[in-house]
Amino acid sequence: MKARVQVMLKTGVLDPQGEAIRHALGALGFDGVEGVRQGKVIELDLAETDAASAEAQVTEMCEKLLANTVIESYKIDLS
Amino acid sequence: MKAAVIVFPGSNCDRDMAVALRAAGADVEMVWHKDAGLPRGIDLVAVPGGFSFGDYLRCGAIAAQSPVCRAVIDHVHKGGYALGVCNGFQVLTETGLLPGALMRNAGIRFVCKTVPLEVATTESDFTRSYAKGASLQIPVAHHDGNYFVDQPTLERLRVEDRIAFTYGDNPNGSTGDIAGVLSENRRVLGMMPHPERAVDAGHGGTDGRGLFDGLVGALVSA
Repeated sequence: MKARVQVMLKTGVLDPQGEAIRHALGALGFDGVEGVRQGKVIELDLAETDAASAEAQVTEMCEKLLANTVIESYKIDLS
Repeated sequence: MKAAVIVFPGSNCDRDMAVALRAAGADVEMVWHKDAGLPRGIDLVAVPGGFSFGDYLRCGAIAAQSPVCRAVIDHVHKGGYALGVCNGFQVLTETGLLPGALMRNAGIRFVCKTVPLEVATTESDFTRSYAKGASLQIPVAHHDGNYFVDQPTLERLRVEDRIAFTYGDNPNGSTGDIAGVLSENRRVLGMMPHPERAVDAGHGGTDGRGLFDGLVGALVSA
């Protein structure tokens, strides 16, 4: 299976990089961008074929390494 | 007093840390990240600054999973001392030994300059040789030094007097101007500024010496 993990800063945590992107977009003339949040996407190729088990494994990976849950939230998509 | 300085691929303040500890009278051993254990009889583990594992994923995240970090966690759980500076602070938060996280500087830019630091508590072996409220001149050099804790944790750190140092002029957006924070048992200190770069007058100042002298003095007499 493939897992796609999206890691974002939690709502309420200021994202300085997102703000810098927003300013740069404004400088390029893209008006009306009211907010930008930057995150990361991590794609995993898994040997696991059972979706429930894969989801449990990837959740553990997120909790232990892929996300820092003090400041980040994560979302897992399996395919 | 015996100290171990952990060396990761990408550490670059490890030798400065060893020099500062030796100058204060400590016996220092360098420990490579793949070592599964610490040398016998270690009182203090110092996790130095740098860019461990190229800051991949998040600063300190990969280092925090290395074999030697498991040994550092055991050392701390047994009541051992640990000091994390800059990337070392990031590593210690990633291991969960210290609360919070270090985020990208609020101003986006890498900040490299000497900044005024206020000694916020003297109730620790790291800060006992300073006067409470003393202003120190200590260099910072980081891109991800913006300390984040949520409000309940900030309140708890204040009530428990665990904020070791605060910035006089916050250079990175840190919550509560926090530059350094102590663990619950006050034996683990993480800080973004570099006291090991302020131990020799020839390098611009000696305000960092007090931290190493106080620590070595406390652990020698212990």
